[in-house]
Amino acid sequence: MSVIFVLIGASLAIAVGFLIAYIWAVKSGQYDDKYTPSIRILFDNQKKQNETESKSDLNNKQGAA
Amino acid sequence: MDILTHKQTAISDEKNEIGKSCYHCGDYCQDDSIKLDEKIFCCNGCKTVYEILSANKLFEYYSLEKNPGIKKNEKIKRNYEFLEDLELKNRLIDFTDGTITSITLNIPEMHCSSCIWILENLYRLNNGIINSRVNFLQKTLNIYFNETSTSIKEIFELLASIGYEPALNLGQKEEQFSKLSYKTLYFKIGIAGFCFGNVMLLSFPEYLSIGTNELPEMKKIFAYINILLAVPVFFYSASDYFSSAWKGLKKKIINIDVPIALGILVLFFRSLAEIIFSIGPGYIDSLTGLVFFLLIGRLFQNKTYDTLNFERNYKSYFPISITIKEGNSEKTIPVEKISVGNRIVIRNDEIIPADSILIKGRANIDYSFVTGESIPVEKKNGDVIYAGGKQIGEAVEVETIKDVSQSYLTQLWNDEAFQKTEESRIVSLANSISKYFTIIILSIAGAGAAFWFSIDSHIAFNVFTAVLIVACPCALALSTPFTLGNTLRIFGKNKFYLKNTHVIEKLAAITAIVFDKTGTITENSLSEVNFDNAFLNDEEKILLKSAVRNSSHPLSKSIYRSLLEFSIHKTNSFEETPGKGIFASINNFTIKIGNNNFVNEKLIIDDEGNTKVYISINNDPKGYLLISNKYRTGLKQIIEKLKRVYQLALLSGDSEGEKQKLRNIFGDESNLYFKQSPHDKLNFIKTLQVKGKRVLMLGDGLNDAGALKQSDVGISISDNVNNFSPACDGILDSKMFHRLNDFISFAIKSKKIIITSFIISFIYNIFGIIYAVTGTLTPIVAAILMPLSSISVVLFTSFSTNFVAKKEKLL
Repeated sequence: MSVIFVLIGASLAIAVGFLIAYIWAVKSGQYDDKYTPSIRILFDNQKKQNETESKSDLNNKQGAA
Repeated sequence: MDILTHKQTAISDEKNEIGKSCYHCGDYCQDDSIKLDEKIFCCNGCKTVYEILSANKLFEYYSLEKNPGIKKNEKIKRNYEFLEDLELKNRLIDFTDGTITSITLNIPEMHCSSCIWILENLYRLNNGIINSRVNFLQKTLNIYFNETSTSIKEIFELLASIGYEPALNLGQKEEQFSKLSYKTLYFKIGIAGFCFGNVMLLSFPEYLSIGTNELPEMKKIFAYINILLAVPVFFYSASDYFSSAWKGLKKKIINIDVPIALGILVLFFRSLAEIIFSIGPGYIDSLTGLVFFLLIGRLFQNKTYDTLNFERNYKSYFPISITIKEGNSEKTIPVEKISVGNRIVIRNDEIIPADSILIKGRANIDYSFVTGESIPVEKKNGDVIYAGGKQIGEAVEVETIKDVSQSYLTQLWNDEAFQKTEESRIVSLANSISKYFTIIILSIAGAGAAFWFSIDSHIAFNVFTAVLIVACPCALALSTPFTLGNTLRIFGKNKFYLKNTHVIEKLAAITAIVFDKTGTITENSLSEVNFDNAFLNDEEKILLKSAVRNSSHPLSKSIYRSLLEFSIHKTNSFEETPGKGIFASINNFTIKIGNNNFVNEKLIIDDEGNTKVYISINNDPKGYLLISNKYRTGLKQIIEKLKRVYQLALLSGDSEGEKQKLRNIFGDESNLYFKQSPHDKLNFIKTLQVKGKRVLMLGDGLNDAGALKQSDVGISISDNVNNFSPACDGILDSKMFHRLNDFISFAIKSKKIIITSFIISFIYNIFGIIYAVTGTLTPIVAAILMPLSSISVVLFTSFSTNFVAKKEKLL
């Protein structure tokens, strides 16, 4: 039966892990806006393409400077 | 999402003929003269935006949503020079490291996914912008930009050029505070939930007596882990209840948090004592569960409308900056730096920030903010112009005679109504009950302890604490937030947005209703145009329509709207004399539209106060149009119903012109007052309150701001809820005005639901107390009774509010 102490310890540790993840999520602002991300995901693909474009632009410029 | 789709529905209403709608904004196009790339635009402003976007290959803007654009007001060309002012800049910036700067702007115009897309792709329009993020619900845009290659001024100009003009409100920094407290509540719930779950897990062996006999040390270790888990709940998650109870006690008020705090304290310390002295397992499960449920209730109650601002004052209406003239040079300064004697340049559509004297130019002032009356007043040199008026027409120069905060209108904010902190005269139901509740519970606990004391002092202590534990008003405390939170949401679905749940209780308690006239019971944009006294054939109506189309005067717009079915001729020449009328020549006709002595060489005597617009064609008088305010649909029925229950009054800034018409609607017993200044309105509410009335004020403009603030419930009526409205307790979409009666009666029914759920929770309490005083309250009974009572009360309130709402056709 003493294995139960190990199991309780393990389960508590996992639960604490989730609690920390939750606190991190709130802290990093994931609960601030519960609507915009649902729309943003619809045009993410195109955007990434553009971002890499603009980044390479930026790099070129920095290189030139 | 009901607030957010406003613009979309507005578009689809107007977009009857698809072929003729503007590619950019979807508005109806007069003709297809403004054309580019096979696309038709309603105005040059829309075309310009399309040009900017297409030049940068941002076509996706138009593919995500149909006609997503915002119609640009070409007349307003703001000058953003003032954003170079260092002090002002620092107030806008979130943080900066010298090169990378972050600012958060409020963009009221964003309304669809295309808006999000374009605003998050700003970097493609301006190289200096590194990244931009939209928070759609709060309508904010966060921009990171490079100081070396762009500036705040340029970003503002860019946003304005594509139709997303940022709203500058320098008071907005305060909002971040409420966001922080929201996060704290999330932390508290998370921790309470985590501890509650684990405590339940560890308490199960105890409930079912599993393994406790074989491994006595297991029981002990579990109990100590429970204490460990209870500590953060007690000290962190529950801390609000202690501080609120303490604050109440200091003011000698026993609020609902006092019995809750008492219950939590007893739960914690008795459990601690039981575990440490190995008496029993304690009530840690009940403690953590109680705090968790209470916090959930608080979260449910905290529904807020992020996009709406209920705390605006005149500063939100007034310009941020103003152009002053020093010698021959002009410069822009922040509005609060204006001092008496400054010479200010006021352009078309700009608001006069301080009481001034007109020095140069023809002023035509729209006082709709101050009086509610939107027909402009003409002013001559040397006339005093009051702050809050809006210039229509050419740029004028004025000299200030008072400071911004000491002007006629703004003085209103110096009234004590704005100084005192929000302390309602109407005590919430839960708080008014808790006083008696606490006293009764304490006396039952005392009596129980006294009875047992002669038999066994140990049992006496147990009974005393058990009563306090079991009577902890969890269900009582939950019934209010869940009922009112649900009511708030149902109101929101019906476009009636309240500041917080307490307003519902106040709304249920009102005894008198005061209405403002213009904009509140009359429709803002729609005036009734009566053609009975105008002798016009169809061809002449076409001429009339073509002529007024060129004018932006509100009366011209009303005439134009009343002639929608007619076609249009091209105007050859057009001239508008502010305050008088318009003169246009179309084909072979000359048409004069305006006031009596502008149109008719020989004055025609008129007697009544109604607005008349005279017409002559080729100098041949054609009579006049009678233009009157249009009352909101359902006004008569609403007043009819409200009249029976409440004392009604009407306050109008206008003259008595419509008195008879209003008397017919309001009846003889209501008070109608005309020519009321903003101060008069405020004082009228005060006198009603002195007489013991609880007043609901309905208003719309800045002129009602004082009355809205002073009243017990101040509701502002708005055609577009996202527009500015003065500080108030609630915002009602004008389309739902005819349901006002239902809203009030639903608020009253919500209050009855709370009372019913109080009775239910009292019944639970009586059962619990019977267990407690007989000394048989075991942890498992407490652990079952507490969640059972809470959950059943929550279910009852949710179902019954929804049921009542359905019956009232609010859902």
